[in-house]
Amino acid sequence: MDLRYSDSDEAFRKELREWLAEAVPAHGSPPDAADWAGRRAYDTGWQRKLYDAGYAGINWPKEYGGRDASLTEQLVYYEESARARAPYIGVNFVGILHGGPTLISEGTDVQKERHIGPILRGEQVWCQGFSEPGAGSDLAALKTRAERDGDHYVLNGHKIWTSFAQVADYCELLVRTDPDARKHRGISWLGIPMGLEGMEIRPLPTLTGEGEFSEVFLENVRVPVDCLVGAENDGWRVTNVTLAFERGTAFATDMVVFQEVMRELAAVAKRVTRNGAAAWEDRSLRAEVGHLAAEVEAVWAMVKYTVSEADRTGVPSVSASGVKLYFTELKQRIGETCMRVLGRATLSREDVDGLPCQSFVYEALQSLSMTIAAGSSQIQRNIISERILGLPREPR
Amino acid sequence: MDFQLSEDQQALKEGVRTFCDGRISADQLRELEKEAFDRDLWGELAEMGVFGLRLPESEGGVGLGSADAVVVFEELGRCLAPGPLVWSHLLAGRVEGAASGECVVGGLDLLGRGEDPVLVEHLAHIDALVVLREEGVYKVAPGSLEGAPIETPLDPFTPVHHVASLPEGECIADAAEAAQLRVEGAALASALMLGIAEQTQEMATEYAKGREQFNRPIGSFQAIKHILADMFVRQELARAAVYAAGATLDDPEVGSVRRAVSTAKLVAGEAAMKNSRSCVQVHGGMGYTWEMPVHYYLKRTWVLENVFGGVEEHALQVAEEIGERG
Repeated sequence: MDLRYSDSDEAFRKELREWLAEAVPAHGSPPDAADWAGRRAYDTGWQRKLYDAGYAGINWPKEYGGRDASLTEQLVYYEESARARAPYIGVNFVGILHGGPTLISEGTDVQKERHIGPILRGEQVWCQGFSEPGAGSDLAALKTRAERDGDHYVLNGHKIWTSFAQVADYCELLVRTDPDARKHRGISWLGIPMGLEGMEIRPLPTLTGEGEFSEVFLENVRVPVDCLVGAENDGWRVTNVTLAFERGTAFATDMVVFQEVMRELAAVAKRVTRNGAAAWEDRSLRAEVGHLAAEVEAVWAMVKYTVSEADRTGVPSVSASGVKLYFTELKQRIGETCMRVLGRATLSREDVDGLPCQSFVYEALQSLSMTIAAGSSQIQRNIISERILGLPREPR
Repeated sequence: MDFQLSEDQQALKEGVRTFCDGRISADQLRELEKEAFDRDLWGELAEMGVFGLRLPESEGGVGLGSADAVVVFEELGRCLAPGPLVWSHLLAGRVEGAASGECVVGGLDLLGRGEDPVLVEHLAHIDALVVLREEGVYKVAPGSLEGAPIETPLDPFTPVHHVASLPEGECIADAAEAAQLRVEGAALASALMLGIAEQTQEMATEYAKGREQFNRPIGSFQAIKHILADMFVRQELARAAVYAAGATLDDPEVGSVRRAVSTAKLVAGEAAMKNSRSCVQVHGGMGYTWEMPVHYYLKRTWVLENVFGGVEEHALQVAEEIGERG
């Protein structure tokens, strides 16, 4: 039971920290959220810098240009990136974390040639077309059709919650190729170009007032069959292969960020007045903040525990859904406390008198999505109770 | 970094589990309800190295660290092993005979306490009493205390005396050591609570699989499944926090010891509390009976919550650390 990073991990940290110390300020501030072209340029530009410095695709195999870092090096990478406030993965998110790994595992040589390098260098942006209005938690109920017509598929359907569709070059699209098969069996995974005829993108603003999401409507969109990744009707399995890439390290960034948020919250509580004194003088508030900070600390320990488990066994820890479940709900409780400490200042979403209204309010609002996206908290509880505790299964 | 049990720790854990299954099963525990202490069992725990675990081998101990100790105490907590385990372990090497089990050492944590009633645990069974005060660690002869036994203690396995006057006793260590013992005690108590959180989760899960209502196991209803999933997550969160506290005590350069230990005591305390409550709830009416052992866990949790600082005190401790800047 050892929490100490090895000498080589520490050497990696030092080298990375030095690089970030120069590279992050040099990259400048992010553009306005509504400036999509600017955001794409900013995020892909950073990806290119990571690539040139040898940090792109931190968990990708070396033969595909990745770093193939050990799990502890990945933890160090996320920790240091958060500490240095490095640009977030942004528009590269789907390509680097999902589409790319799927192609590495399931793509043909031609498909790999076409996509892997460009994704890694920030030259190709991907979006995800999985969810549909009628297929959320029950993703396998998806209805978007792909009908074979010679050497093309003809696509018809409606996708939702497609991140970065506005700026994407390609889309990982789940479609139904066999409507007669049982629902998990008739699905295929396509990597299709964006901007085709019959494709319409409608932005889907979220309750935060902005957002990277869109709806994508497909009407008789023709794509060549060589967009198919993996075998036809084997898309459900193809979708799940990327799970093997996920070892629970990604939350490390949040851990560092939220330790900082807790310190910032304490600092704000010292500045704002409640009942004629600094809010921080209120013992119950201090206890509440300290309690939340302890929970952040405990989840961080849980991340290290699950990552070490994955490191030993080579498969992701089943407890990783526990991290997701606990942390996302914790984030919402932290958001609530942040809102209460700021008080009336939260009526503004812009900083007032130097109080961090913008970030606190945004985080509080944005945290609402966390218990819904990537498997809602209720689905996570089903998974934990069925797969880990062995309780009877829900209908599928 | 390899934040998992080592092979030795795994073997240690299994060894203690096997011992506990054979010697402190639920039925055997019930037998102890009247006496609340078993001197023979104490001797066997000592022989297994529970008390001298962290004492150097040159001093007759096992020579292991805090990370090993939390693993052992997790198992002891799981079976509700009775007696002043944490105190005798903490004072091994400081009080003659503690490690070998010949001297049963009890304790009283007065740090941060004012004029609260003084309730001493296991007074009738201990050979030495150690008191943690702001000024230091004091050893008191149990016979010199004036007190009356409480007829109905909360935890059937933790008898208490209400002590009217507490002699000062002999100072055996300074204030810094008192503070250190309290931190170590908090880590060990959190390990006992981790064990309680696990055991109650497992009992509730097993019950939910077997108990049928509406012609289905109650564990097939999401209303019950989700309670159990939350119990599992709390247990795993507590495990990570408690193990981190042990590992940080052994290697203080990896983090703040106080913060790690406060986190462990807080998170494990809540896990034990919420899990033992949920365990009662999942067992339904049967969970409310004396016959089902579920209540023992909740009651022991309350005992452990009230030593070495409770949830609120540790939350304030963490707040103090994060509030130092800014």
